Amino acid sequence: MSEPVLVTHSLGKRFGSRWAVRNLELEVRRGDVFGFLGPNGAGKSTSIRMVLSLIRPSEGDVTIFGHPLRTERAAALRRVGGIVERPDFYLYLSAIKNLEVIGSLSGGVPRRRIEEVLDLVGLLARSRDLVKTYSHGMRQRLGIAQSLLMDPELVVLDEPTNGLDPQGMKEVRELIRSLARDRQKTIILSSHLLHEVELVANRMAIIDQGELAVQGTVEELLQRGISAVLIRATPQRTAEAVCRRTRGVGRVTRQGPDLRVEVPADAVSRLVAALVRGRVKVEAVKPVRSLEELFLSITEQSQVR
Amino acid sequence: MARILWAEIVKTFLKKRTYLGFLVVVVIVPLVEVAFKVEGGRFLRVATRNLANDFFILGNLFNGWFVSYQVMMALWIHVPLLITFVAGDMLAGEATGGTYRLLLIKPVSRTKVLAAKYLTTVIYVVLFVAFLGVVSVGLAIALLGTGDLVVIQRGILVLPSDDVAWRFIVAYILAVAPMLTVASIAFFVSSFVENAIGPIIATMGLIIILTVVTVLPIEAFEGVREYLFTYHMMVWQKVFTDPVNWHGVMASLLNLAFYTGAALTGAWIVFLRKDVLT
Repeated sequence: MSEPVLVTHSLGKRFGSRWAVRNLELEVRRGDVFGFLGPNGAGKSTSIRMVLSLIRPSEGDVTIFGHPLRTERAAALRRVGGIVERPDFYLYLSAIKNLEVIGSLSGGVPRRRIEEVLDLVGLLARSRDLVKTYSHGMRQRLGIAQSLLMDPELVVLDEPTNGLDPQGMKEVRELIRSLARDRQKTIILSSHLLHEVELVANRMAIIDQGELAVQGTVEELLQRGISAVLIRATPQRTAEAVCRRTRGVGRVTRQGPDLRVEVPADAVSRLVAALVRGRVKVEAVKPVRSLEELFLSITEQSQVR
Repeated sequence: MARILWAEIVKTFLKKRTYLGFLVVVVIVPLVEVAFKVEGGRFLRVATRNLANDFFILGNLFNGWFVSYQVMMALWIHVPLLITFVAGDMLAGEATGGTYRLLLIKPVSRTKVLAAKYLTTVIYVVLFVAFLGVVSVGLAIALLGTGDLVVIQRGILVLPSDDVAWRFIVAYILAVAPMLTVASIAFFVSSFVENAIGPIIATMGLIIILTVVTVLPIEAFEGVREYLFTYHMMVWQKVFTDPVNWHGVMASLLNLAFYTGAALTGAWIVFLRKDVLT
């Protein structure tokens, strides 16, 4: 198991009497693409802002590369790059000038490196244009270039695909994969888009109402999710009745031509056998075990609470 | 620190807003000084009417020095507003633009970021006051030449021509101090708001309130008046006395330094504790 590069200890933030985040215990390991998921307003951005020292925690601490953020801020952030929410820049400056200005806060950066990161995100040809002439997608890409400027080991990307069209989202996903695979970056990807995280992350945490709900590898979390299958069978009414009678089967619902059947993975073969015995013609059985299942079950549970 | 300062200077001096004050000076100073030239010495004749009854006034008293002095007197009320345009935007502008999120995640202390921003403000104030001085005095002398300077304050003082230039230089150097105080107050307000309009209104509002307290002849205000920074805003005027009251100059500078230091300390405390939510 690789070493942890970012650890939060009982991290919490209170605004007035309301806790936006509480008792957050995250652990991001070297080489992870760490998905940080949660519905809007769950506390993702507040957590990311605490990790990047934009917000002072009300309790707890963050340790990055072994340096406590509270007492060794500069050392903790030296190998970290990030973007937080919207990609805002100095609109009256060019992309190059923006990156020069931002790089100066980290001790300066050579022009060649600036051009390199702009090339990486496909903005080199427009690098001398004022940022106010950029589209939202271009600013988002400039944000990613900015986060990579100092060649950080840990890259924190907060909602990096917000406002992008499907092609732009795909490009960002590919960039994230390539950063992890080819450049050995550790990446924290915060998003409310489950699909986006599922496609690139190897580990993830789900936060809801300011508290950590689950954390682990994608495989571990999938095991914890509700296991379900989509069954296409005829006649559907008979199939539905058989499913409902079979021991160990949970909720059965119709989804178009399919039946969505909540059933543990080890009981699927027993269910199919029961269907065959019930003279049902089984055409297809497709497992449905996405993070969405887990995500919805967690957030629905908290809403019930 | 030098790189951070450079970045702040680049950001500030590539912004159009920074040149608003310079533009106002370029428009208003020639307007006033040309008007003075067209009007001739009527203003001076009215001011020295009583003196002329008892003395022969020889030489050219309506000259560039006199006009420069009058311009400085007239404009000094308005210059703070121009200063707050930039100083009030130094921190609040980052909040408005969302660029705090770029700056404050970097491995540099907030104290250094704040110091670079304040030093940039100081550079702006010094350049602006110097620009005002060069344009105002230079143009006035070009239009009206030099001569003895008539200073009309509590009485009338005539300073010989060869004793005036250094006084203007020192006056403009001293004039930086109250403008730094104004800039520091705007900077302080700028540290906890998210829009540059707030610091401008708050600073100008404070100046107006304290100026009213300073100038109104009300006995209740007597005890506090000299402790207010507005009482010392015209510290530069003290150079146009003979002999110069250096003790009074130092007292004014100390008062202004106190307010400047207090505002800067306040900004520092707020900035260090600030949660970036924009």
